[in-house]
Amino acid sequence: MSDLPVLLPSAANLLNDAGRQRREGAFRVDLKLWHGVVLVAALAVVLGVAEAAGNAKESPWAVLVNWMPFILWGQEGHWQGFSLNIIISFFAMLIGTVVGAALGLMQVSLLLPVRTGSWIVTQFFRNSPWLVLLFTIMLMLPFEIQIGDTIIPIPDWVKAVIGFSLPVMANISEVVRGAVISLPSGQWESAESLAFTRFQTMWMIILPQCVKRMIPPWMNWYAILAMATPLCSIMGVEESVTFTQQAMSAEGGRPELLAPFYVFLLVIFFIYIYPIARWTVRLERKYSVKI
Amino acid sequence: MEAFYEWFQQLYDSTGWNFVFMYDEYERDRLLEAMWVTIKLSLSCLVFSLVVGVIGAWAQGAKSAILRNFIYWYIQAFRNTPPLVQILFFYFVIGNLFPTYDAGGYQEQYIGAFGWAVVSLSFFAGAFNVEIFRAGVEAVPTATVEAAQSLGYSRLKAYLYIVLPLAFRVSLPALNNNLVNLVKTTTLAYIIAVPEMMYTANQMWSDNVNVSEMMIVLFFFYVGLVAILVYFMHRWERSMRIPGYGA
Repeated sequence: MSDLPVLLPSAANLLNDAGRQRREGAFRVDLKLWHGVVLVAALAVVLGVAEAAGNAKESPWAVLVNWMPFILWGQEGHWQGFSLNIIISFFAMLIGTVVGAALGLMQVSLLLPVRTGSWIVTQFFRNSPWLVLLFTIMLMLPFEIQIGDTIIPIPDWVKAVIGFSLPVMANISEVVRGAVISLPSGQWESAESLAFTRFQTMWMIILPQCVKRMIPPWMNWYAILAMATPLCSIMGVEESVTFTQQAMSAEGGRPELLAPFYVFLLVIFFIYIYPIARWTVRLERKYSVKI
Repeated sequence: MEAFYEWFQQLYDSTGWNFVFMYDEYERDRLLEAMWVTIKLSLSCLVFSLVVGVIGAWAQGAKSAILRNFIYWYIQAFRNTPPLVQILFFYFVIGNLFPTYDAGGYQEQYIGAFGWAVVSLSFFAGAFNVEIFRAGVEAVPTATVEAAQSLGYSRLKAYLYIVLPLAFRVSLPALNNNLVNLVKTTTLAYIIAVPEMMYTANQMWSDNVNVSEMMIVLFFFYVGLVAILVYFMHRWERSMRIPGYGA
């Protein structure tokens, strides 16, 4: 550093952030505790306003409490409502991670067709809007498939899982590729000089070092995915947003209930995602010191 | 050209692949119109979000604490809530507060769905732009500005000719990420019935029962749009790079 820097550290931070965002395909979910406090306060305020505006016998709070189990768990004995959001995000992440990791390793293959093919697939699903992918899967998969004599039904939420797993897959693929190529080439060369095969180098030397680098972006993607699951309410999947709307219409579409119900949704999503977002930041800080 | 269109009619007759917009003029106009709406929506949001970003970055450095706080809360609110919620909020809540006019039997808003989509998406992307521009301006050392002033630059001239060019170059990569994201987010205007690509495609497959064909078109349109944007932005970035600074 000279005495008169051309640009201050803020420039380097900006460039680093932009580079990271480009590598990982998304901005970091940066939730603070006070965001939650504001949401809860907002819930109290809109409930108060609804209380003042409403002239029905039941208070909005009582109505909300009444519908809470329905929004959170759906009907008795079903996985619906918010629990379905979690299930969809869980399975979409599972499929996305497994397929995405394979795709990411194909992107660093030595075979040109494999490399190019997986690159095209990755870029294609990374750059198309989530809503378009979701619509495609929801409308183009049949509602049941027949193998021999057995008919396997495909419920809507399974289609949603597949629809969400596609963009996750492509982005995880980029995360994996980015982590592998970010390691210094000396790692490869020293492994080669110790007579490791390519597979052994990858499995025993490169990937174990990559895991640390991949975990923070991977968790960030889970947070983004969990926040995106309400998109499938557009297609009528029985998750929390759909059920909130059903609950409101069951109450006779009282306009003053609109705000309390939606803010309540925001609160439950915050409660679920906040710990994940904080944990991601913690792990990132912990791992960034090494290597 | 007619023969080309005719070929798609034959394709439909022989294989059932119904690219209706190729041989049907009404549908073709509808699709072109939708593409134009998406491009218009993207461009307007792009421009307005940049305006929001510049004004916000300026206000963040203002003397007034109220102004600074206001910008802080605006950024927090728009960065941490889903854009879908923001669009619905602007269209149904803020939109209802605006006056309407009589459009032959029913009340129509002066600012329609398109206008509200532009407003909400611009504020959404603008919240990110504010932070980006501010970081860019902060990166220019005061010593550089003082050097400019000692050479006789006025405050405004120093800002225009010294600070902004440097800040802009530093901000460009982050800005590009955000703008590409913005183009993809315009699909959400679907929810308030802006006749853009997603919405029109939906209507067209409802009318013609050709879901797969319209999906293919949608994919290629959006991937193509993003690819063109990314290509030119990256070229621009490379040409605007500060030599010897950063990777």
